[in-house]
Amino acid sequence: MASKTESTFKNMLVVLFIISAIASTALAFVYQATKGPIEKAKLEKQKNAIKEVVADFDNNPIEEKIMIEIAQNDSLECFPAKKGSNIVGIAIKSYSKKGFSGEVWVMVGFKPDGSIKNTSVLDHKETPGLGDKMQKSKSDWSNQFNGIIPIFNSDNSPKNIKVKKDGGQIDAITASTISSRAFCDAINRASIAFSKIKK
Amino acid sequence: MSKLNNFTKGFFKENAVFVMLLGLCPTLGTTTSAINGLAMGLATTFVLIMSNAVVSMVKNLIPDKVRIPSFIVIIASFVTIVELTMQAYVPDLFAILGLYIPLIVVNCIILGRAEAYASKNNVLDSIIDGAGMGLGFSLALTILGAIREILGSGSMFNISIYKGDGSLVFVLAPGAFIVLGYLIAIVNRLNKKSAQKI
Repeated sequence: MASKTESTFKNMLVVLFIISAIASTALAFVYQATKGPIEKAKLEKQKNAIKEVVADFDNNPIEEKIMIEIAQNDSLECFPAKKGSNIVGIAIKSYSKKGFSGEVWVMVGFKPDGSIKNTSVLDHKETPGLGDKMQKSKSDWSNQFNGIIPIFNSDNSPKNIKVKKDGGQIDAITASTISSRAFCDAINRASIAFSKIKK
Repeated sequence: MSKLNNFTKGFFKENAVFVMLLGLCPTLGTTTSAINGLAMGLATTFVLIMSNAVVSMVKNLIPDKVRIPSFIVIIASFVTIVELTMQAYVPDLFAILGLYIPLIVVNCIILGRAEAYASKNNVLDSIIDGAGMGLGFSLALTILGAIREILGSGSMFNISIYKGDGSLVFVLAPGAFIVLGYLIAIVNRLNKKSAQKI
């Protein structure tokens, strides 16, 4: 067995330097190799979410993405879905910062008449077993939004899409009023973007 | 110690979770379902085997005074590799476990095995030790996840077993503590019995 390297200043410096250099080189290679697939996986997820929330389309909504500013420094990505040259719906990637823990990202699909076709949660950090019921895979809670046309008061505050506790028409998830509010907020933000596109 | 003993000690006699109570953060955090527990366990196993192998290879090159930082750099590199690979090829799983993967770096099982075992033994023994410890950890997480999933959501590996909502508490953090407590008691009892026989 070779004898152990002594703990002199020079030895420590050299060894730590070499280890760090090898580690960072290896990581650079892995990063390069996985960069493409990671991007692809993210796009795939987005594409599936768009497919879920709007009617059949034959264009590539991701390529025709437009950014709509709904407030200063606050833009949402909108994906128009077309069949031939007709717009069959618009998917809007919206988020809310009012979640119980972290942001709630929702893909909201609108029909051309302004009603909600369907919704799909992209990402959230709500409590498992409670707030995560907003996901379609956990419960059908979010189906109650389908078909609603969002209405706003004159001061741009939402009129119908808010939980019953706040005077709206949405049944909140039991024990998750905050998560439900965040979900409503994300949808309302999306519908503001939608009304701007319409104009 | 024979190679077989070295491998199997991680499953029962020195199980990281049930006996040594190491690495409880990912244990409690990720085991909301069996599949999550298994995936977390296997990710940890990979890091454990690789870091044990590398640490035992370079153990004589590293001066004593900087061995901990060196081990951490080695471990962190493997964790990052796992994280990037999962993000690229199993994005759904990564969405659930993502938060906990970087925490493998500070999982005391890994640094503990590097320090206590790999830095004193040869490469083959270290790999066997890493595999045994890692698979024992995976086994513990899978059992814990499976029990919580059955009681909490009425399914196992996402296959529905009975209808109904199940008891929510088992999906949340308190359920993790309750189930873990009972499992530790059972394993300790069994360990005691087998010790008496000898």
